[in-house]
Amino acid sequence: MEKPLNNRAWLLVAPVFLIVAFSAILPIMTVVNYSVQDTFGNNQFFWNGLGWFQELLDPSTELGGRFFDALWRNLLFSAIILAIEVPLGILVALSMPREGWKVAATLVIMALPLLIPWNVVGTIWQVFARADIGLVGWGLNALGIPYNYTGDPIAAWITIVVMDVWHWTSLVALLCYAGLKSIPDAYYQAARIDGASRWAIFTTIQLPKMKRVLLIAVLLRFMDSFMIYTEPFVLTGGGPGNATTFLSIDLVKLALGQFDLGKAAAMSLVYNLIVLALCWVFYTVMTNTGTERPDQGGAA
Amino acid sequence: MASITLDGLAHAYRPDPRGPQDYALKEINHVWRQGGAYALLGPSGCGKTTLLNIISGLVIPTKGRILFNDRDVTHLPTEARNIAQVFQFPVVYDTMSVRENLAFPLKNRHLPREAIARRVEEIAHRLDLSAVLDRKASNLTADAKQKISLGRGLVRSDVNAILFDEPLTVIDPHLKWQLRSTLKELHRALDLTMIYVTHDQTEALTFADTVVVMHDGAVVQTGTPEELFERPAHTFVGHFIGSPGMNVLPARVEGRTAHIGDVAIELVRAYPSLPAGERIELGVRPEFATLAGAGTGLPVKVRRIDDIGRARIARIEIAGHPAAAMVPDALALDGDTAGLRLDPRHVHIYAGGVLVEGETANREGGA
Repeated sequence: MEKPLNNRAWLLVAPVFLIVAFSAILPIMTVVNYSVQDTFGNNQFFWNGLGWFQELLDPSTELGGRFFDALWRNLLFSAIILAIEVPLGILVALSMPREGWKVAATLVIMALPLLIPWNVVGTIWQVFARADIGLVGWGLNALGIPYNYTGDPIAAWITIVVMDVWHWTSLVALLCYAGLKSIPDAYYQAARIDGASRWAIFTTIQLPKMKRVLLIAVLLRFMDSFMIYTEPFVLTGGGPGNATTFLSIDLVKLALGQFDLGKAAAMSLVYNLIVLALCWVFYTVMTNTGTERPDQGGAA
Repeated sequence: MASITLDGLAHAYRPDPRGPQDYALKEINHVWRQGGAYALLGPSGCGKTTLLNIISGLVIPTKGRILFNDRDVTHLPTEARNIAQVFQFPVVYDTMSVRENLAFPLKNRHLPREAIARRVEEIAHRLDLSAVLDRKASNLTADAKQKISLGRGLVRSDVNAILFDEPLTVIDPHLKWQLRSTLKELHRALDLTMIYVTHDQTEALTFADTVVVMHDGAVVQTGTPEELFERPAHTFVGHFIGSPGMNVLPARVEGRTAHIGDVAIELVRAYPSLPAGERIELGVRPEFATLAGAGTGLPVKVRRIDDIGRARIARIEIAGHPAAAMVPDALALDGDTAGLRLDPRHVHIYAGGVLVEGETANREGGA
């Protein structure tokens, strides 16, 4: 069959092209432009080639050193967040009510943390955890546990992790709950007839059926936690010292604090590539687990 | 191996049932014979799935008892009942291979590994699944998946009965026949009680030795396919089974004569004790009503003639009431008036929807 060719179609696509060009392509190209130049204020730019990138990827330089420090902090933070929030979210989803008025009540309560603006979350926990007047901070110290997130890096990390778990676990739980709700009753009935244990029902029915939403949950939580900025900025400002200075915080310091546009541009491009690459890895791994290889027929 | 007895069983989904209208399943007494092939036939929402789920233990009945042989299992959980159930939509464990799917019920019951392997091979062979044993179950077609869910029931050698809840709904029409004959073969080979829920009369009549027809939460008739066809115990059975369904016409019965409007029909039985105040109806299947030329038999009006391939069916009116009748090949009609001949042995009288046994007249009884 001959497909009709009609160049007017380009006209219809043009508005989208324009919007994407202005909102994504132009800003990114601006950043690319900065990343290969050095600037000394007064809008004077000098060509620097790949210099910033070479410096950035070499840990022995000042720029590379702070970049890798922040990158390891980010990776550690994301790993902790995923390790806590995904299992916890599944657990919460499994224990949520299935029917009746309790469903609506639970959903509203679960959605509350998601509706709070991020800087407000930071402020809430900043006050909540203060050792002098905050409920948690003061309470812990009163119990004899020394706790001060402004002075102790470990305490700062624990506070940020707990805050993020409080803020985002309900997202994972809600996604998993949606996945669980889509499982027809017949599966549970068949499992009961087959004499499956609670654990077997979880591993053979619930987990496989939740795979797709879990993939979305892991991707969302990874990207968000890897790009975290607002909450730690409000809570600790990157301190104590540089203990909670994540890439995004460092990037802002570099670009808006020191006005090193070239270095900051190079760093943000590499940062962006790392996020994309890690998301691709997650996606490929999770979509490929469990699918059948066509040429393989051996007993599993 | 056991017979299953339902003793005064009733179920309401509301927690505080008052009248019979609150019951999804009205009181039922029935014995499912060991080794029988039963069909539970009825329209959607008549309570057949509820009944099935009570037998398998997924639902605990409000009233009454279920006995397997003489053992009361009313409050036993599903896994302790030796029952297998196949659902409307195929249930397979997606992450497992066909072999693991079939082994799953045995693994959960902690059978030795070799015994499981032997049993799985045997059942796979019976169900024609040997070739796909090591494939992922989720990649197979709907009918293969349905065979797997059936197989998970069959691998258990302790199973008393297999319950089917409209198992062919999602199967392609040309495969339905195949799968149904597989079921029949298995039934013959394994001497299992099978209860098959469906709303499709063809499926029910071809599968079962005994068909249980349900309507509005109650069993209206239990019988062989022939009995359901020739002597429907309820006008609902007459309507539901047969295509087109039984003609049911409002009538007035006096002695051995039924009057439909101003048309009189001679009956072979007398009905001296019809309950007063009930709606009296005459029922006759189209297969026992034959159209004839005008002037013979009962006067009727012909509205339309449908050719359904193997026969011609006339849509007629008897004293203003619509009905259907067979048209003989040789008959040529002139105008819209015709005659109707009824086979008197297959004319039934219903009071309030329920079949009334007539009294055979003495002179015929003595002959």
